[in-house]
Amino acid sequence: MSVAPAEVDLPVGEGKLTPDKPWVTIVWNDPINLMSYVTYVFQHVFGYPKKKAEKLMLDVHHKGKAVVASGAREAMEHNVEVLHGYGLWATVHQD
Amino acid sequence: MKAVLAAAEASLLRSLVGQVMELIEPEVARATDLDELEALLQADAAQPPKDPVLARLLPDGYKDDPDAAGEFRKYTELTLRAAKHESAQLMLDSLPEEGGKVQLTPEQAQAWLRSLNDVRLALGTKLGVSEDFEAQWDRLGDNDPLRTAFEVYAWLGAVQESLVRALW
Repeated sequence: MSVAPAEVDLPVGEGKLTPDKPWVTIVWNDPINLMSYVTYVFQHVFGYPKKKAEKLMLDVHHKGKAVVASGAREAMEHNVEVLHGYGLWATVHQD
Repeated sequence: MKAVLAAAEASLLRSLVGQVMELIEPEVARATDLDELEALLQADAAQPPKDPVLARLLPDGYKDDPDAAGEFRKYTELTLRAAKHESAQLMLDSLPEEGGKVQLTPEQAQAWLRSLNDVRLALGTKLGVSEDFEAQWDRLGDNDPLRTAFEVYAWLGAVQESLVRALW
């Protein structure tokens, strides 16, 4: 598991103590979703600038997966739910 | 955003979106009586769907952890199905019956984006496409009945691509 991208968002605290091992949202590569679409979804859902969204998309494409966010478990589960709504293959993990 | 669709394209989209809607409609919505409803709610609510297309549209939220994935599914699957259903309905509502000019509000454009993607996921999974789907397509014989499906899949990709470009 050495695919964490160079830029990872700081944990979303939401008033809770930050756990020792933060939870992460992982997006997995799949042969159907378009590269442009995946980039757009990262921008739209996370508010990432296009450059960062593109880098994450390329990580997914070339390395098979990428950590797209990290923070509290509940926040990561929410991310995954939203990403499934967009048809991306996303899962929650404890890093 | 604006686009123009031929009548045949509009009718194809309508049919494909309708098929996805039927697929993702929760089983509980189809239950005809209370006993059936109760049985459905208790049985396997947290199991991943056996149908590969449905499993791709409603994937696990945890990998290699069936308990966590089951728990996640228990709380999210119905909402996800409903959200996909709603997007599909919004798309159908803004898709002119006979084709022609399509003009979308930002909300409708989002619904098109998600719904078109669900259709691509369903068709792509059914066809077993790889990243090199054009090579798979090329390998099919001239009379292979799958050629049309690959053609539709490629066209859906082009529509999706132009929608993304328009929204950027």
